[in-house]
Amino acid sequence: MARVTVETVDHVARLAHLSLTEEERETFARQLDQILAYAESIQELDTGDVPPMSHALAGGRFRADVPHEGLDREALLASAPDSAEGLFRVPRVIGG
Amino acid sequence: MSSPVGASATEIRRLVASGEASCEEVARAHLDHVAATEPRVDALLAPLGERALERARALDDKLAGGTAPPPLAGVPLVVKDVLHIEGLPTTCGSRILEGYRPPYTATAVARLENAGAIVVGKANMDEFAMGSSTENSAFKPTRNPWDPARVPGGSSGGSAAAVAARMAPVALGSDTGGSIRQPAALCGVVGLKPTYGRVSRYGLVAFASSLDQVGPLARSVDDVALVANALCGHDPRDSTSAAEPAPDFSGALKAGPEGLRIGVPESFLAEGVETETLARFREALATLEGAGLRVVDVELPHLPHAIATYYLVATAEASSNLARYDGVRYGLRTPESGDLREMYGQTRDLGFGPEVKRRIVLGTFALSSGYYDAYYLRAQKVRTLIRRDFEKAFEACDVVATPTTPTPAFRLGEKTDDPLQMYLEDIFTVPANLAGIPGLSLPCGLVGGLPVGLQLLGRPFDEASLLRCGAAYQRLTDHHERTPPLT
Repeated sequence: MARVTVETVDHVARLAHLSLTEEERETFARQLDQILAYAESIQELDTGDVPPMSHALAGGRFRADVPHEGLDREALLASAPDSAEGLFRVPRVIGG
Repeated sequence: MSSPVGASATEIRRLVASGEASCEEVARAHLDHVAATEPRVDALLAPLGERALERARALDDKLAGGTAPPPLAGVPLVVKDVLHIEGLPTTCGSRILEGYRPPYTATAVARLENAGAIVVGKANMDEFAMGSSTENSAFKPTRNPWDPARVPGGSSGGSAAAVAARMAPVALGSDTGGSIRQPAALCGVVGLKPTYGRVSRYGLVAFASSLDQVGPLARSVDDVALVANALCGHDPRDSTSAAEPAPDFSGALKAGPEGLRIGVPESFLAEGVETETLARFREALATLEGAGLRVVDVELPHLPHAIATYYLVATAEASSNLARYDGVRYGLRTPESGDLREMYGQTRDLGFGPEVKRRIVLGTFALSSGYYDAYYLRAQKVRTLIRRDFEKAFEACDVVATPTTPTPAFRLGEKTDDPLQMYLEDIFTVPANLAGIPGLSLPCGLVGGLPVGLQLLGRPFDEASLLRCGAAYQRLTDHHERTPPLT
């Protein structure tokens, strides 16, 4: 079905926030094409009325909605590359 | 006292409980052995010498004060570096987590430490558990203790190699498509992937959340059962943790395997198992038959589609899970990288290795508009077909047996340029993750001097039958007692 081109890889890399090198773009296009060609086998199966399986356990279970102590804010910020005033700091988002 | 290195967890617990050895002596002997063997194997990312000795002394003090020895008292443990220990780096074998120190401990690790285990090191792994050889670690490849020119398997290659090299009798790994069982097979040790939901995933870094499961590696089924007793059970901090109470696995082994029926998917095995590896599998079946088990043929008609299904489902989930590594909350950020979007892209390009990027691209593709129905949704439907195959097979048998891998350990570098060939290595292991069922791999002999494994798969929450079969097999064979050359 899908033939993966460098343009496909560029599109997907943009969606995934990945900057790829020239070499990676070409290698991935070739390899993904091979992998998807292999995966074509599932297209032949009759899956008409088969429900999709997203999880191995049937049904979700929820714990009681009781407030409890969360993780310490300072401890969480300690691993951040940049933080200030109890918040994560990031580069500018708009304009510039 | 002779050296406790090479002793089983059961034996170490007995030595400590009887006062024949202190936890500190046991820990020190293993740390010395790590220092001696690590240059040849490269199994660990970080030995934890000081912490291990401190905790061993603290437990010795408690035992001296009259506290009853807990079930894993003094047992050295290696932990795959995908599980958090508060305050220590978790790398996941990746550069993108540089500088990250988790503020909490994974439930799986906490349960074993509470049972008296002493963590002696964190183990190398394929980056984010993506790989079948441990060559995808950003830091170093791990070597197979049986032949340093060969891979230990992956992604829990460091854990399996550490146990094979006697750095610890027990290790923790994680298994998303075979990452405990395949390296266990290639390193000649036992590995258990429990039923999905059996072990808490709290503090396990997520790869593919509907497939990931934590489990133990050890040299004997008895030790695996001992560790599983402490490891399994419900955790309110993991919403996918199952409510089913865990049985006493060690007690279950005493029942013996009589009456269990072993199903063999003969037509599936016809697909490309190396001749000698298949011969070891046949010999193992004959041994089990001799132990009073009945072997029957079963059909699992959709298993030839398992690899394709797995690599679409797992990469789709991974692409979503790994979106969190964006240089904002933890780990690496590229310096001076323009605006926010540029910072995301450059941080992720610099921080992730090639296999992780390849899987993010594949998974994002499978989820993207225009391809979702044909790939991700269809793979989820085939997943249902594979699960139904097992449900049907388990009407005719109690345990399904296959070789764990199609071949023994391959050479370092042999498959790194061909991702599809690497993926095909997982042909026998991925079905259990897709179906959510438990799987056990145990050594069943050598091929050209290299270990291969027997895999046993069971009904959901029926690890006990796998362990009963495995323990019976190990009472009749000595494959698990063979030691690789350690110097």
